Amino acid sequence: MEQLMADLKRQIIEALNLKHLTPAEIGDDQPLFGEGLGLDSIDALELIVLLQQQYKVKIDNPQDGPKIFRSVRTIAEFITAHKPA
Amino acid sequence: MAFITATASIRGKTLTRNGTIQYQDASLVLPEFLLQAYAALKSDYPKFYKMDPLSKLGFLAAEVLLADRPLAAYPPEAVSLVLSNAHASLDTDTQYLAASRTVPSPALFVYTLPNIVAGELCIRHGLKGENAFFVTPAFDAAQVASYVDLVLAQPGAQGCVAGWVDVMGEHHDVFLYLAENSHRGLARAHTAEQLNTLYTGLWNN
Amino acid sequence: MVQGQQVYVAGVGVISAIGHDTGETLRALQQGISGIGPLTLFPSLYQDVLPVGEVSLSNEALTERLNLRSRSHTRWLSGHAVSRTALLGMAAARQAVDHAGIDLAAWRCGLISATTVGGMDRTENFFPAFLENPAAGHLRDVVHHACGDITELMAEDLQISNFISTINTACSSSVNAIMYGARLLAQGMLDVVVAGGADALTKFTLNGFNSLKILDTAPCRPFDAHRNGLNLGEGAGYVVLVGERVRQQLQGPMLATVAGFGNTNDAYHQTASSPEGRGSYAAMTEALSMAGLSVEAIDYINLHGTGTVNNDLSESTAIQRLFGEHVPAVSSTKAFTGHTLGASGGIEAVFSVLALTGQCIFPNLRFEQAMPETGITPQRTFAPAAVRHVMSNSFGFGGNCSSIIFSISPDHP
Repeated sequence: MEQLMADLKRQIIEALNLKHLTPAEIGDDQPLFGEGLGLDSIDALELIVLLQQQYKVKIDNPQDGPKIFRSVRTIAEFITAHKPA
Repeated sequence: MAFITATASIRGKTLTRNGTIQYQDASLVLPEFLLQAYAALKSDYPKFYKMDPLSKLGFLAAEVLLADRPLAAYPPEAVSLVLSNAHASLDTDTQYLAASRTVPSPALFVYTLPNIVAGELCIRHGLKGENAFFVTPAFDAAQVASYVDLVLAQPGAQGCVAGWVDVMGEHHDVFLYLAENSHRGLARAHTAEQLNTLYTGLWNN
Repeated sequence: MVQGQQVYVAGVGVISAIGHDTGETLRALQQGISGIGPLTLFPSLYQDVLPVGEVSLSNEALTERLNLRSRSHTRWLSGHAVSRTALLGMAAARQAVDHAGIDLAAWRCGLISATTVGGMDRTENFFPAFLENPAAGHLRDVVHHACGDITELMAEDLQISNFISTINTACSSSVNAIMYGARLLAQGMLDVVVAGGADALTKFTLNGFNSLKILDTAPCRPFDAHRNGLNLGEGAGYVVLVGERVRQQLQGPMLATVAGFGNTNDAYHQTASSPEGRGSYAAMTEALSMAGLSVEAIDYINLHGTGTVNNDLSESTAIQRLFGEHVPAVSSTKAFTGHTLGASGGIEAVFSVLALTGQCIFPNLRFEQAMPETGITPQRTFAPAAVRHVMSNSFGFGGNCSSIIFSISPDHP
């Protein structure tokens, strides 16, 4: 889980062009949207693409986004639970 | 009678304000130049990194154009935005096409419209007036001047950010100006001739 | 009013999933026949997944219908592949000019046309072969890629050369084209303006909008509590605008006047509308103020109403805020046509004029339950009504919000 969260932070910075941040500046449980990292709806869509490309995990209903993308930890948990064997 | 009160340009990897160089580094490739120019301006706006090159160019030029906050006294609805270019969003369209061979990128797709740069400038500077974006083969001073005059003749209109924002690969050409109904700043008459002089003058520098 | 001389609508033309001319269109609107169906125009992974609003004519049939091959002035046609966007545009614009019964050659004419995909449909035919082999592919498929080329082709077809302009501000493009035309006319810079927009369905827009997860897999339900996205459509809609001097020369009655319009930026997000719809509120307010009308005077609003969760909530919130106790009859005709992007403002301008000439209000298909936030219930059936002022909304990505008001013609019996 720790390794996965570290990978995710790097991938999120890369995919969402968060060039002003380093992985260390993103907390495992820090909210990604709203007051936290300030991500928006387009970022959520990019995260869906990221999960699909890097982890072969599909999110069909974008309404599930806010729950899954709450923090790096919730994303990691979702991937662990849904990753194809 | 409207006036040109300020100008900004980006050409040959040189960012100018009212003809004075603000940042320059011709040794860099364009994406790198854009990042360095942003760093040099010390703007705190992380969304910059997410923008496509067209929006980045428009952003940087508008940052220097509006550096003195000349619009602060106007109601947001009183300031309009009239942009034009030759390549529309082709630069980003190409990147989107390349990226879409696997999974299309929603963030890139959003930028496959030229007027997204207009939206970005409105968000950044709180402009809520009329927007227009024209695609013409080259900067058409007469067309831009007449349209901006129309906009500024509307009741209540005070200012208009206008000009040319074009990019295709390494080719880039940005000329923004602020037109106002007030005689201040550069205070040049807002005519096609003046615009042409300013546009080509900057080009020669 | 619009500053300068009065601007009249002298003719309209439309082609969309619900008809190839105004007669067919009006019948479909009356009978509640939606144009949303399966995608057949091009192969796609989403063929059976994402319904669309296609114009039921192939490019060959459109070319045939327009009799393009025998028109001598169309030098670009011989052996050339004309974009579907241009074919749709020509079909609607010619109708509008014929309807107005105007001899364009006799006046200073302008064509202001909106499109967001331009010749993308042909470009998509070019690329598969080209990507395999840089020497392959037919260049004729890409020469009309640019949005402006669609206008050039149409201008050549209509033989308009005094003033030609293309507008792309995403989904509000066509209304902005009509606004621009109305201003040029009001200021006496032109005598006649053909204004509107055209967009064809393409893989580019289908895949792109699908990546934004805002396409409904079922026929869309604008303004419904359970709406789940939009359906893409295609088509074209144009109006012929004239001033007083041309009006005197024309045989037919004027169909409507352009009473007011407003364009504003929501300044909130690249694609999402602000929750309170501040941009749409400001655009509608500006249009009313230019028209010199109070909210009570509006008899019908043709909504932007795409069917996305975000747009419809934002738009209805703005309408409720602005109209208060006086929310007029409203409906989104996108449930009939799909969202035709750059063409939607032109098509819906034609619908707005048809509401004035036909004294009727069009239904918002598939509506079942009002969204709880605003409780606005759109018009559910086709209804005859006294209609004097119609507002049409068009909002686009980039925060571009436009609203236009058409008023009943002084020639109306």
